[in-house]
Amino acid sequence: MKKSFDESTHFWGRIWIWSAVVVVLLVPIVACLYYNAWPQGSAVLKGLLGVAPIYWTVGIIEIITYTPMLGTGGSYLAFVTGNLSALKAPCALTAMENAEVKPGSEEGEIISTIAIATSSIVTTVIIALGVVLLSYLVPVLDSPVLKPAFDNILPALFGGLAVVYVSKNWKIAIAPLVFMIAIFLIVPSLASSVGILVPVGAIISIVVARIMYKKNII
Amino acid sequence: MNFSVNSPFLYVVAIVVILFVIAQSVFFLIRAYRRGKAIGMDKAALKKTIVSSAIFTIAPAISILLGVITLSKFLGIPLPWIRMSVIGAITYELPAATSTATALGISLSETIRDPKVYTAIAWVMTLGILPSIVGTPILLKPLQKGMLKIKNRDSKWSDLLMTAMFLGMISAFLGMVFADIRTGLAGFIPLFVLLFSALLMGICGILIKKCKMKWLETYAMSISMVGAMIFACIISAIIK
Repeated sequence: MKKSFDESTHFWGRIWIWSAVVVVLLVPIVACLYYNAWPQGSAVLKGLLGVAPIYWTVGIIEIITYTPMLGTGGSYLAFVTGNLSALKAPCALTAMENAEVKPGSEEGEIISTIAIATSSIVTTVIIALGVVLLSYLVPVLDSPVLKPAFDNILPALFGGLAVVYVSKNWKIAIAPLVFMIAIFLIVPSLASSVGILVPVGAIISIVVARIMYKKNII
Repeated sequence: MNFSVNSPFLYVVAIVVILFVIAQSVFFLIRAYRRGKAIGMDKAALKKTIVSSAIFTIAPAISILLGVITLSKFLGIPLPWIRMSVIGAITYELPAATSTATALGISLSETIRDPKVYTAIAWVMTLGILPSIVGTPILLKPLQKGMLKIKNRDSKWSDLLMTAMFLGMISAFLGMVFADIRTGLAGFIPLFVLLFSALLMGICGILIKKCKMKWLETYAMSISMVGAMIFACIISAIIK
């Protein structure tokens, strides 16, 4: 019997993602071999201790939060190419919204994969072009006039996205929104670890949505 | 071997990694596109997804490029280029480099010359993000099985659950704009930018629905994002 499309996506996705693991690990390995410069284990360990507890937790939580939205192919790709919260997830969500398909359906799977793949290719090409043209670009991109534009890219992105999603489901949105606004007003320094708050927001809105669903409010 | 953070050898490594990422993306793009056609999806809709995703990506991609520029000041181009093209983000890589430098007792104010410091940073960056890549093939199937179970039991709740997850994510980023407002008027800039982006999206929504400008859907997100970024430059100039 022929494998289903989804089964075969898993098959190819695994091949690609395990190859990506090898490629990613080979980078520091070849650098060490070529320069014959293996770092002290203790230095790497100490460096890792400073970041790994948070990254590893966020990394696993991101997988749990984003894979249901992104679908099979989209997840295998997005977790290699990265920039999930600020680019791939909003991109896939907007594409599915515009195409009027649901995440989790086969059409949703296809639209999400196409959106993430296109976005990955464009990102990689723009960074590559940027690297080639770096000496011309730095004065422009580093100029104080443009700085506020890129400092504010997240609010600029999420403002538009919020209109689409919050207006449609404002009842579910109230609780997590009030919580997030309150927590950032009380502890502004949390802005640097917004990644940890994404699952917190998701849990709050799921719990509240469940209660409202049971009481037939939504 | 003379070490330099910008040596041709490291550039070659970077190019190999970048080609791998592009190959994987092209593979999934073609596969999904073919499958879409095979199950009878509208070709125009598939093409529209490609165009709108590409346009939508430009501004965030330039902001990622800015991350490469920031890191290149002490790490050279190749390593930040690799890290930002594969799963990395400036919010991961900068703390990883800083944490390692602190552990080694060096400063990141100038370009690294010691290859051992360089490789130590490369290892910390790589091992720090590894669970995201390794975790996906391990966790994806069980997670999907769980979602499918919920869907079969109660499909209305499963849709709500997905929506609630999006909203939780969006809320975290919406709440973030309130982080600086106690610092004075300049701290309100992110909030103003967010509201302006929402306003533009609202206008696009009205034009799409009331004036039947369906084509605008493809560009609405990009228009509100880039429009709000331009607004950020103007309002920052006025407030400061």
